[in-house]
Amino acid sequence: MPAIKFENVSRHFGDVKAVDQAGLEIRDGEFFSMLGPSGSGKTTCLRMIAGFDRPTSGHIYLYGKDVSSLPPYERDVNTVFQDYALFPHMTVADNIGYGLMVKKVAKPERGKRVDEMLELVQLSGFGGRKPSQLSGGQRQRVALARALINHPKVLLLDEPLGALDLKLRQQMQVELKMIQKRVGITFIFVTHDQEEALTMSDRIALFNNGKIEQIGSPAEIYEHPKSAFVAGFVGTSNLVSGDVAKRITGLDVTFSVRPEKIHLGSVNEKPPAEDYSSDGTIRDVVYLGLYTRYLVELDGGGDLVVVEQNLKSTSMDVLKNKGQRTRLHWNKEHISKMAG
Amino acid sequence: MLQKISSYFYLRPKLVLWLTLGPPLAYMIIVYLGSLFNLLINSFYHLEPFSGLIVREFTLDTYARILEPANLEIFARTTVMAITVTIVDALIAFPLSYYIARFASPKLKTWLIIAVTLPLWSSYLVRVYAWKLILAKEGILSWFINLLGLSGALDAILSIPAIGGSSLALSPLGMFIVFAYIWLPYMIIPIQTALERVPHSLVEAAGDLGAKPLQTFRTVIFPLAFPGVVAGSIFTFSLTLGDFIIPLSLGNSKFFVGQAVYSYQGTAGDIPLAAAMTMGPVIIMVIYLLIARRLGAFDAL
Repeated sequence: MPAIKFENVSRHFGDVKAVDQAGLEIRDGEFFSMLGPSGSGKTTCLRMIAGFDRPTSGHIYLYGKDVSSLPPYERDVNTVFQDYALFPHMTVADNIGYGLMVKKVAKPERGKRVDEMLELVQLSGFGGRKPSQLSGGQRQRVALARALINHPKVLLLDEPLGALDLKLRQQMQVELKMIQKRVGITFIFVTHDQEEALTMSDRIALFNNGKIEQIGSPAEIYEHPKSAFVAGFVGTSNLVSGDVAKRITGLDVTFSVRPEKIHLGSVNEKPPAEDYSSDGTIRDVVYLGLYTRYLVELDGGGDLVVVEQNLKSTSMDVLKNKGQRTRLHWNKEHISKMAG
Repeated sequence: MLQKISSYFYLRPKLVLWLTLGPPLAYMIIVYLGSLFNLLINSFYHLEPFSGLIVREFTLDTYARILEPANLEIFARTTVMAITVTIVDALIAFPLSYYIARFASPKLKTWLIIAVTLPLWSSYLVRVYAWKLILAKEGILSWFINLLGLSGALDAILSIPAIGGSSLALSPLGMFIVFAYIWLPYMIIPIQTALERVPHSLVEAAGDLGAKPLQTFRTVIFPLAFPGVVAGSIFTFSLTLGDFIIPLSLGNSKFFVGQAVYSYQGTAGDIPLAAAMTMGPVIIMVIYLLIARRLGAFDAL
């Protein structure tokens, strides 16, 4: 049985269709990300699962039970808020024990479980502090512990790492994933950071303008984007259409190709038979340390971005390539044909 | 030229500080603290009973007079009134503020806040005298109570010695009604501000963690808005403590502190006693503010 099921769920605010006819199934125990730009409807979906918002039409099922019109306190889900929403007038321990307190769990039992949670998020000994005395990363952990102590069926995370700096964010990504494996709860993670979604998720739903563009594993989404939007939002991509596409493939299609899949060859090179190829001139070279980004102007019009890792080359080597002629080629399997 | 002036000040932040802070600070120290100090000194003088002249010598005689039962009673009466007005105002203001802060649409909110503050646009004296007419024996309130057939109940209440009198306008009860009305906006605004500042995500978080609406109110919203209640109570309490117009216009012959001060310094010409009487509310307020700070009221202002 799916942990969460959306059946034709829409949420309209006046004329704005924040979520439009969304359908999706989230599997039990999975780390599921809702990815998309701001205003794409991902947070509204999360809020409808939590119960802060109700669908205008459609149904949401939590393990087979229709929860569409249940208030938040009657749903077996918990949320980690973007701003953590820790209660400023309570200690860390009281924050974490809040869910048990309102359910009238006896004090000794509550204390024991709070201690376990503090240990899980590596904050043992911090129980007596106030949230204002904690760093951003520590608050984040308290918010996580406060949600997990209730053993929810599904844990919702609303851009929980957004406020942390890069180093801490990467560390928390690993930690979150580890905690999820340990507790075995379904995590639904909302983010606008595609790298974060690719790193952590079992599956990703990509939102755009209130609609779900594509659902799939990170590899599927990256390698086989179904639409121009997906190709452009997840990673960078070259989108080729019209005459240029026809000249390269001989077909009347629109396709995308990832910059790292394109081989930057010399004009004397004969590309393999299973490759598409096109000649052009290198117009721009940007040295980025780990790799170099080239902008190649194709002979019959159109540009392609190509990246190459700097395995042997130095910045001096690559910068000399500017203005050079090149023959680009890439395996036919590496293109994704777009609908429309 | 203008640029030169700007950079001159930009490079001298201390000068800017003194230019902006200096005048109000000087005013506060000279006019406000100065008068308070003057008051303190006067309270240590005493009035020569036979000549009616003020003797400018240090003495505690005037303070000894404050401790006479009749004067202590005035303090007790005033403090009880101030506490009652504060509690009742808080009870009336909280639900109203709660509605304004959490449920009213932005448009309605503006109108409600205007409605709350509207009485402050008209003179305080006008409002007190209006109430005097409303509460008078032949006033609209008695007329209305009579219409409901409840005049017997009103007479019964007015016959209670501590709060009653010959009519509402001439009773401590009437005085209390006017006090509660006059200071109500000063209670509503801080509570509403405090409630406004409770982040909505905290309310959602409580619900998310399983708290029913009443539990959310008790464990999250009320504790976070409480400093606002304390802040409002500072206004209602201190304003009631020092007021002399309302006890003078309504109520019976029993004195309140402000009224006592007014009459001692006026007709009696006993400035030292009036000064010593004034020190009473000052001390009570200092104690009150220390408690209020403990309760976090100043974080909400």
